[in-house]
Amino acid sequence: MTVAADAPPASPPRDDKRWRQVDVRIRRLGARPDALIEVLHTVQEVFGYLDDDALSYVSEALSVPPSRVLGVATFYSHFVRKPQGEHTCVVCMGTACYINGAGAILNRIHDTLGIDAGATTSDGRISLLRARCLGACSMAPAVVIDDEVHGRLSPDAVQHMLEAL
Amino acid sequence: MTEAGTPTPARRRRQDPLIPAGPVRASAHVCMAAGCLSMQADTVFDSLCERVTARGLTDVAVKRVGCLGLCAAGPLVAVPETGRLFDRVAAGDDAALDGVVDGLAGGEGGRPIATDPFFSHQVKVVLEHCGQIDPERVEDYVAVGGYESLTKAVTTMTPAEVLGEVTRSGIRGRGGAGYPTGLKWTTVAKTDSPHGKYVVCNGDEGDPGAFMDRSVLESSPQQVLEGMAIAGYAVGANHGYVYVRAEYPLAVKRLTTAIRQAEHAGLLGPRIADTSFGFDVEIRIGAGAFVCGEETALIASIEGGRGTPRPRPPYPAASGLWGKPTLINNVETLASIPTIIGRGAEWYSAIGSGKSLGTKVFALAGSVVNTGLIEVPLGLTLREIVFEIGGGLPGGGKFKAVQTGGPSGGCMPESLLDMAVDYESLAQAGSIMGSGGMIVMDDGTCMVDVAKFFMDFCREESCGKCIPCRVGTTQMYGLLDRITRGLASRDELAELESLAGMVRDTSLCGLGQGSPNPVVSTLRYFRDEYMAHIDDHLCPAGVCKMEPREAALAAGEVAP
Repeated sequence: MTVAADAPPASPPRDDKRWRQVDVRIRRLGARPDALIEVLHTVQEVFGYLDDDALSYVSEALSVPPSRVLGVATFYSHFVRKPQGEHTCVVCMGTACYINGAGAILNRIHDTLGIDAGATTSDGRISLLRARCLGACSMAPAVVIDDEVHGRLSPDAVQHMLEAL
Repeated sequence: MTEAGTPTPARRRRQDPLIPAGPVRASAHVCMAAGCLSMQADTVFDSLCERVTARGLTDVAVKRVGCLGLCAAGPLVAVPETGRLFDRVAAGDDAALDGVVDGLAGGEGGRPIATDPFFSHQVKVVLEHCGQIDPERVEDYVAVGGYESLTKAVTTMTPAEVLGEVTRSGIRGRGGAGYPTGLKWTTVAKTDSPHGKYVVCNGDEGDPGAFMDRSVLESSPQQVLEGMAIAGYAVGANHGYVYVRAEYPLAVKRLTTAIRQAEHAGLLGPRIADTSFGFDVEIRIGAGAFVCGEETALIASIEGGRGTPRPRPPYPAASGLWGKPTLINNVETLASIPTIIGRGAEWYSAIGSGKSLGTKVFALAGSVVNTGLIEVPLGLTLREIVFEIGGGLPGGGKFKAVQTGGPSGGCMPESLLDMAVDYESLAQAGSIMGSGGMIVMDDGTCMVDVAKFFMDFCREESCGKCIPCRVGTTQMYGLLDRITRGLASRDELAELESLAGMVRDTSLCGLGQGSPNPVVSTLRYFRDEYMAHIDDHLCPAGVCKMEPREAALAAGEVAP
């Protein structure tokens, strides 16, 4: 990213009303530097991902160096730096899911959609993600499609669900 | 605050429990933990409310409760008055739903809880209220005696007496390492700090295959808050943080509700029970980093930075959050505290065996019939847990190993099934208690592949701060990958073993130090599988795809 490298920090896209939600959150947290992760969560909830403008703005608002904001945004796997697809499909790769066939599910999705984990289909419809463990071990293997957890799945079942999206 | 048993409103809002005005003859407890919820338990709840009303049952309650434990057979509905459990009550399954309503009206049906082996071997301390109370209603928690222990502590005991009680109970940290809780509390209490201390609840349950903390936070969040407040009183802290994973949105939501309700009811906040002691709690949400379960990394994350650990000492007990003395305990440890204070150290320490006292919650998953959440006295054998409580392997599968302790733990073979599950025995067997994930594996699982799976996990989750972990886990993963592809030589196996010792001895934190454990333990008990991959060029479980050695030779990938 190019925050403050060759240009003054980009001013936040004020015309977008969604920034108000972020501002409210920043104010409620007292604009303290230690609220960085909380604020990044809010930005991602509102906009879906963290782009350079957003990071610059958060950096200014919380008085945290841009390097540290970028460091935090890239350290944690929950934060994404690219827009996600219309739908998200998260395949749990926890131990229980893994030994119960999560690998086969991932392979099938790869074959069906032609993308690897972490990527979005070229038409921007579906993003494929891998989770470390969703804690849904009793229902392994589990897949989350658009925030809804589905358990005890087969590659066929997942393919059907994705085709029905 | 209002008491439990408020009259039924004229128009019940969706999601409100159905509570009759008069005495309750029977009540349906509908499990609303993540497992059952993913099988539309909320629709089941609504359908039951409608059917009970339509049947004109005016003395029957329908409640939303936390985890009932037997996740394998969800959605679950329990009727405590008759002691029966209705399983697989699917939304839209008229027969099953009517079966529950019949059960509420006095009929038979369901399975008896008391004699079911899944339940009869369990002793519930941490999970005492899970499945009994509505996690989103503080009235429910108060009705079962919630916050009485906190009141008892702050009004009738000195902080030193609370410390003494916790120490004598013998409870050890339930997050994995098993450090004596009383000792930790005493260290924090002894450290003078004019500018305050903190209590941190570690709910960053990152071990793949573990969901105990999630279930406790989703099912009885007030219990954890009460434990934190008691800890705060004992060590002299007035502020607490709960650090929860972002992957657990339901736990975050219920915890947020719980904090708001407890503060509103005056159970938390300033002047608890009209004393000078005050305690408040804030939530911090993780962002997907396994290493944040390590206490110094967790502190860095709460402070808003990258979650990287630092060398200890100083321990957080001396210098933690913002340099202040900080007590960090796991969710389960803190959830045990109200019972220890309420019933006394003697009652608690009568459970368990040897140096491992009390109960432990395990998340049973993998190739086992009764997947779910269980709480057992420490010292039960693996066989009792897997075959009696767990009901054995599905479809008569053959037992191969049980994995405990996640990426820092190990795999125990059949020959160790009669080993007692306590901190010392597990360590001796080359594993750790860990946070409590227990994954059963059948003979269709390749142990080298499992070791590779965990090494891949550690490699990706390594924070990169220290070289042994950052580079060592990647090198070990590469060697394991070559073994599973049938390309490795015996020399490479020797290299793997030597690296394992080096990474264990020289890494900065528990993530790196524990990362060789799955490799070392599978080498110890399943060495023949490694040798089959290397010498015979085959995977006995049929999991790994072997690459033709001739082609690899030609490509220069293997030594001649």
